[in-house]
Amino acid sequence: MRAADVLILGGGGAGTAAALFLARAGQRVILLERGLIGGQASGVNHGGVRQQGRTAAELPLAMRARALWGQMRALVGTDAEFDPCGHLRLARTPDGEAKLVAWAALAAGYGLKPRLMGGNAIRSAYPLGESVIAGSLLAEDGTANPRLLAPAFAAAARAAGAALLEDQSVAELHHDGARFRLRANGAPFAAPILLNTAGFWGGRIAESFGEPVPVVAIQPNMQVTEPLPHMLGPNLGVADGTLYLRQIARGNVIFGGGRGIAWADATRTRPAVAAGDATRALVMELLPWLRGAMIIRNWTGTDGEMPDGQPVLGPSLTRPGLFHAFGFSGHGFALGPAVGQVLAELVVQGRTDVDLAPFAINRFNQDGNGAISG
Amino acid sequence: MLTRLLDQDRPPITLTVDGQPIAARDGDTLLTAILAAGLGHVRTGEFGDGPRAGFCWMGACQDCWVRVGGQAMRACSTLATPGMAVTRR
Amino acid sequence: MRVAVVGAGPAGIRAVETLVAAGLRPAWIEESPDGGGRIAQRPPGAFRRDARALYGADAPRARALHATLDGLKPQLDWRPGTLVWNLDPRTRRLELIQAGRRGTLDYDRIILATGAMDRVVPLPGWTLPGVTTLGGAQVALKAQGVAVGARPVFIGTGPLLWLTALQYARAGAPPPLILDTTPLLTKRAGLPMLLHDPALALRGLGLRLALLRHAPIHEDVTPIAIEGAGHVQAIRWRDAAWREHVTACDAVAMGWGLKPETQLADLAEIPFAFDPIQRAHLPVRDAAGRSPVPGHYLAGDGARVAGAKVAEWTGARAALALLEDAGLPFDAGQAGWLEARLQGQARARAALERAFPYPARLAARLPDDTMLCRCEGVTAGQVRASAAPDLNRAKALTRLGMGRCQGRVCGLAGAEILAAQLGVPVARVGRLRGQMPVKPIPMDAL
Repeated sequence: MRAADVLILGGGGAGTAAALFLARAGQRVILLERGLIGGQASGVNHGGVRQQGRTAAELPLAMRARALWGQMRALVGTDAEFDPCGHLRLARTPDGEAKLVAWAALAAGYGLKPRLMGGNAIRSAYPLGESVIAGSLLAEDGTANPRLLAPAFAAAARAAGAALLEDQSVAELHHDGARFRLRANGAPFAAPILLNTAGFWGGRIAESFGEPVPVVAIQPNMQVTEPLPHMLGPNLGVADGTLYLRQIARGNVIFGGGRGIAWADATRTRPAVAAGDATRALVMELLPWLRGAMIIRNWTGTDGEMPDGQPVLGPSLTRPGLFHAFGFSGHGFALGPAVGQVLAELVVQGRTDVDLAPFAINRFNQDGNGAISG
Repeated sequence: MLTRLLDQDRPPITLTVDGQPIAARDGDTLLTAILAAGLGHVRTGEFGDGPRAGFCWMGACQDCWVRVGGQAMRACSTLATPGMAVTRR
Repeated sequence: MRVAVVGAGPAGIRAVETLVAAGLRPAWIEESPDGGGRIAQRPPGAFRRDARALYGADAPRARALHATLDGLKPQLDWRPGTLVWNLDPRTRRLELIQAGRRGTLDYDRIILATGAMDRVVPLPGWTLPGVTTLGGAQVALKAQGVAVGARPVFIGTGPLLWLTALQYARAGAPPPLILDTTPLLTKRAGLPMLLHDPALALRGLGLRLALLRHAPIHEDVTPIAIEGAGHVQAIRWRDAAWREHVTACDAVAMGWGLKPETQLADLAEIPFAFDPIQRAHLPVRDAAGRSPVPGHYLAGDGARVAGAKVAEWTGARAALALLEDAGLPFDAGQAGWLEARLQGQARARAALERAFPYPARLAARLPDDTMLCRCEGVTAGQVRASAAPDLNRAKALTRLGMGRCQGRVCGLAGAEILAAQLGVPVARVGRLRGQMPVKPIPMDAL
């Protein structure tokens, strides 16, 4: 029997970050990952580290995360290629432009100052197509390499004394009245605290403790070009969410939009041609200089999406000692370090400064249709 | 250097590489034409290691990409045609 | 029933011949402008050499393959110059691109006969202009009538090393020397070939003897580096006695056997298994060429490297399996005859692989600052420093294999470096997989 103070299920950005913060707070931590650390949504997403565009509910968490990203090297010994290159959010329609303006007003209340630009200004500052009518730049946003995040936190967590195990098939998860018990690859584990950072599959764990939520599996469809001469500095998004794009230091342009294909309970995925075609068309419209670029690879992975696009984050309402952090709906990568920190605060101090009410697990009505309450 | 050796009695053609005319033969691939003309390379490595001149000659290694009229093409698998305008990156 | 065959080399030609003889009209997709694969690669039209001049001792095989190929083309949906860049085994759809235009092809059953490429070990200086694969040096001579250099050095191991060097010597670009990394003693492991495929064994010996008249062959060599400023100028190497030499040359052609092109097998979700004889992960298939994915068959060097003769047999055998599985009449006698031949060949191939092994230790000991991944500029040292427990993690952390060739060139050497670093058998570090598009396609292809 392997006993711990905290068991963590799921080795993505949130889980590995929680493992690090808890281990440094003196907790005995065991993290169990079904596949490879960072192998799912944390590792295959776009790599945006952005505050711009987020809801009021997510902004405090995103701002806390942005601060942590700025200290990543001190925190885990590597910056995971974090680059504060700015986030440029584009509008192609008046509706989109209205979204940019609305967000700027919201952001002002949090001390964030995006720079709004009209069509002429933005097209003269950046190599964009004629259909861009407005844009908003938040200079302190940026990007990082998604494949490096969870492994970096995992290495630091191990150095701090946490045990992180991969290729673990978890079964018989239950609470015996005193502790959470489970078997991983047949071996027994127990702890009074359980963190559910299992991504899309976190919904299963929640359901097993009597609090089902309407999380669905989504596959962000990603593509990358060959290395190209540098043309674009900031991370790029579109107000309606149909495209996200960035050019990395080596010159490749990484972009995503639409959905890939999944099967086997969303553990197996592959990118989709049709979604890729639609996204490529949008890329060529917005960035005509990419017209002849060569696509060298497509990929995808599974993330969990909630009906309101906000994660489930906070304590279980049915089982004391259980804490959830899943369903980040395609934009959890940047939040990982902050989510881990918040989970550690909940475990160690019993509270956190971040308002978790918007992320409550019971905010969906009984039939799981996902109406937003409160 | 790439050396014309056998079966070279073929109609001459001219194409340009980075604006510079070169003499080639009907049946040459772009890789043959460019290297046999003594131009030395078909592209420059992006990461500072210098000139590249193909490697596998059979479309597998992806190391011989050039541009023809804005379209990317593999030099080893593209036949040179008269007046073709090739640019190297 | 819609049948597709990918590849018109020896395996694809015999597979399609079998299907057409059974009354089928498959769609036949070939990436090159014409069929023939590598061994019977046809130069573009303007060239004049006849089969004897082009193919030497392989001329009878090449002529026969061409005759069959040309006879088949009008009887089916022939698609030359067409790349299959994605395959979905669930929708049974191929994504194609031909002259920049995209298309799709739906199938019920498919035979993948995608051939092979050279297996290489990176060396310091191997990205210099003038460095090619042995296969590349052959293509240059055969299909373009050009020599990769006037004074080329050939390095590697196996009969292809001797054959290429001899072709160059006879064509008028004699190598100053030939460098074989395999010791003479190791080659004794090839003796069983005399028993299981005497014709091939004797041909190999004949090649070696013929080559000796043209240039010295050094065995058990350790290459150090390819040197030059902007182009190959010399190769530095150690002989069997560990003495260092520098040989002036204007080209280096390298190759240590072949490795299958398996990207479409990957996209077909065919499982792979490690083959200790070929020291590689290969797609799983039964003796007839059926993969575990229903309706998907594998043939030729694209499944397992075994040479042109075996490729023709596996191509025909896979087609017979396809016919059987489709409930159509098929020649069971021929199937049995082919399988017996293939079983005999297996021992010959194993002996060949043991006699001319991939120099795993050479790959594993690559100096830290050597460029390992040509596409992404990743060095051997960066892979070692990544502390990755397997090849895919090394890819995620260092970008090894993330470039245009998707690890075709560097993957095997990368595995050896990682395995040596971790102190585990190379089978344990896994392999890089093909992803769509299997080769780069333009953003604006419609």
